[in-house]
Amino acid sequence: MNARHVLRFLTTRVATVVLVLAVVSFLTYAVFVLLPANPAAAACGKPCTPERLATAQAFMGLDKGPLQQWWDFVVGIFTGRTFGTGAAAIHCPAPCLGYSFQLREPVTTLIAARFPVTASIAIGAAILWLVIGVFAGTVAAVRRGTALDRGLMVAAVTGVSAPSYLVGLLGILLFGFTLDMVPVSGYVPFATSPVDWAWHLVLPWCVLALLSAAIYARLTRAQMIEALGSDYARTARAKGLPERRVVTRHALRNVTIPIITLFGLDLGVLLGGAVITEKVFSMPGMGALLLDAVSTTDLPLVVGITVFSAALIVVANLVVDLVYGVLDPRVRA
Amino acid sequence: MTLDHADELVAAPSSPGAARPARRETWWRVLRRDRFAFTGLLVVVGYVVVALTAPLFLGWLGVDPYTYHLDALDENGAPAGWGGGISAEHWFGVEPLTGRDLFAIVVMGSRASLAVGLGATAVAVLVGATLGVLAGYAGGWVDVLVSRIVDVLLGFPALVFMIALGAIIPLRFPHSPRILILVLVIGLFGWTSIARVVRAQSLTLRSLGFVRASRGLGAGSGHIVLRHVLPNLAATVVVFATISVPGAIGSEAALSFLGVGVQPPTPSWGRSIGDAVTWFSSDPMYLVFPGLALFGITLAFNAFGDGLRDALDPRAVRR
Repeated sequence: MNARHVLRFLTTRVATVVLVLAVVSFLTYAVFVLLPANPAAAACGKPCTPERLATAQAFMGLDKGPLQQWWDFVVGIFTGRTFGTGAAAIHCPAPCLGYSFQLREPVTTLIAARFPVTASIAIGAAILWLVIGVFAGTVAAVRRGTALDRGLMVAAVTGVSAPSYLVGLLGILLFGFTLDMVPVSGYVPFATSPVDWAWHLVLPWCVLALLSAAIYARLTRAQMIEALGSDYARTARAKGLPERRVVTRHALRNVTIPIITLFGLDLGVLLGGAVITEKVFSMPGMGALLLDAVSTTDLPLVVGITVFSAALIVVANLVVDLVYGVLDPRVRA
Repeated sequence: MTLDHADELVAAPSSPGAARPARRETWWRVLRRDRFAFTGLLVVVGYVVVALTAPLFLGWLGVDPYTYHLDALDENGAPAGWGGGISAEHWFGVEPLTGRDLFAIVVMGSRASLAVGLGATAVAVLVGATLGVLAGYAGGWVDVLVSRIVDVLLGFPALVFMIALGAIIPLRFPHSPRILILVLVIGLFGWTSIARVVRAQSLTLRSLGFVRASRGLGAGSGHIVLRHVLPNLAATVVVFATISVPGAIGSEAALSFLGVGVQPPTPSWGRSIGDAVTWFSSDPMYLVFPGLALFGITLAFNAFGDGLRDALDPRAVRR
């Protein structure tokens, strides 16, 4: 692989990302802006005279056409925006994802305050689910046909079928209330106390991870069985390598590739799962912010969070693609 | 056409009618032997029967999910008595605060779950199969366009979008039924994997001998798609639809759990579980019964779907 190939690979991928983000933000904007729930009407107060409504709309930039509104939004991400003029003007510094007139805060600030919670849940759970899934799948494949294999696979089907919030609540009931081992709700920032941070996240991580791990265990098992029966595995055995080394060095590396592909597709699921987990464990993350914004019809906040999550997934997918390129020499050609 | 393809022309199921009875019997026998999958099928049929006959069944028992029974509650609003108020009158106990019969709520809840699960899957299959065949068979820019859309949607934070849409569409269409909104929103986010598989298979089918022969004999694209491509895709689509149902059921429950799905007083398992969050330290049964109902249908569909795949998909490894 030479530098020109890398550059071309990167340029195409980044161009796709930018295109996807533009389309996603436009669609989000179109769906939400074309709705009759007018944020200006909510901010206008009572009695709401037509003049006051018009002033509020102009202040929020809602008097322009839909395309112009979207463009203002996109430009605001890079340059910041100012709503209104004169003494009453509100400045929303770049990267501006909109302004919540109900909470009187830029959407970016609101998201930044909540995002560490969601990221803590999602990243910890993702690591745990990949480790457990690949490990369980490998064990089942190596011990194929034994009671251990059957037990793991029955557990996997059960895991796939159980909704995460249900398992989460039962987990709280058992480990939180009955055994009094872990905290049942809340979040402690990492900076305050790393130990308390992890202690509060143990149960959410396990709940979110175990359910998705089930799918990965099944995939790993199937792939591993195929890999262990392949010619290169036989060659490795023939040259006298112990089975353990054949599994870890030769088979596992090939199994990683479909796992990473699936993981890239599951990033959205991971984020959705984090939203549900936040609700179960009463954690003040981005999902909780979204649910609040939805119940108060805070449209700029809803749009901002939606576009931000889409961007997050698209960028994370780009990272997964790059990792993929490192792992699998064939895609680099 | 070279000679290598001659056997393909003969062996390919160009007249599906002749080969069909034997094949149907085979997959049914395979499924019948798979005890796990067959139990799943029986459970699914049981849920469907309960959902269809729920009002009659509950009327016959003399309970309904809407009547308040405040006499069944204690002074805190929690169900009075053991196990969330389980009694001869209220088999699963009652709902906290309202005293509505939990058995009736769980039984009626199957309707929302199955309606959204099956409805959304139908939407997803319709959209996914149509676009998949279109992309695979037509190729060219259609294929590029569909494949791009699929790529974008596949990695999407669908739940975040569904939360936003589930909350905002009712503002625009206040009188539209919530179930229909859920069917459309979940269905329109769920068609991508079906489209991908169908596209890949159409691509293969397009180059097979019997399709090429048909084209060579002067058949139009419409005829080929309807008579040759679609019949050969049927097994894949059926398997995928079955595997998709639990996901759609789970989405409905998740959205209702988060408070943006089925609205009260229509019973929904997801919403009951969501309501149970504040009660489950004192009344765990309020969580357990709707939870078990939801878990049961999802597990049954997954087991049945897995078995059906093994039975119908010739490439899948038989257990």
